[in-house]
Amino acid sequence: MIISNLELIPGKRINKHLGLVQGSTVRSKHVGRDLMASLKNIFGGELKGYTELLQDAREEATARMIEQATSIGANAVLNVRFSTSSITAGAAELFAYGSAVIME
Amino acid sequence: MADLIVFLVLLGLGYGFGQYFERRHYRSIRKREAELKDLLLIQTKIIPPAYFNNYDTFLVNGSVVISVDYFKRFVAGLRNLIGGRVTPYETLLDRARREAILRMKEEAQASGADAILNIKYEMCSIYKGRRNKIGSVEALAYGTAFVTTNVQTKKSPSHENITVTRSGTKPSELTPAV
Repeated sequence: MIISNLELIPGKRINKHLGLVQGSTVRSKHVGRDLMASLKNIFGGELKGYTELLQDAREEATARMIEQATSIGANAVLNVRFSTSSITAGAAELFAYGSAVIME
Repeated sequence: MADLIVFLVLLGLGYGFGQYFERRHYRSIRKREAELKDLLLIQTKIIPPAYFNNYDTFLVNGSVVISVDYFKRFVAGLRNLIGGRVTPYETLLDRARREAILRMKEEAQASGADAILNIKYEMCSIYKGRRNKIGSVEALAYGTAFVTTNVQTKKSPSHENITVTRSGTKPSELTPAV
């Protein structure tokens, strides 16, 4: 499975386009982490808990996208984009999408 | 009175720690940027023709969530009254973006990548503090890393190869080493 945010991979021909595939997930951290985050809001600096949370969630969203691509018989997802939106304090939606193709 | 004392203490803590963390972070950013400057970031979607036959691509990303401190938020609040540059937030976003790029580069280098193509940024305010004031931002950077599988080109993965091919070498003339 090739995952790339290029629109075309030179030297490899696309045999068939299978349309858009996507994966999303909404995650939140437990209250302890939120408490730490509000403390950090006084001192400034990196919020490691949230970085981790988002990174995990992004992997999950990508995995779901790949799962969908595999189920329709694609062997590559091109032009992948990520998007993040915060829903409430401490919860975020992560969204990954791209176009599924069959490559030679 | 008690409220005022709490406020001033928070402001002092925010100023002290905030400045300290920021200075430390900038030092580390500058150091790592110097270490990683050999890894090219190419903002195009085209893979240099020299690598056509022997390469491998994969997605890399780096992200960071950075929080603003109490003092800066207070200053930014004041700034909102009169308008103008909000410098405290400028450095916050700058740090977040550069850190995200560095993490992406570190991930790419761990896999032995030669360059990263088509980098995209994504920003998101992820945690809003009380009364909907922005507390922290997330910066994400992602791109396609590519690794040459050709042993010869892997040794010198920088500008030279690209210029050579531009001046006339066809991809087919570069014989694969394997």
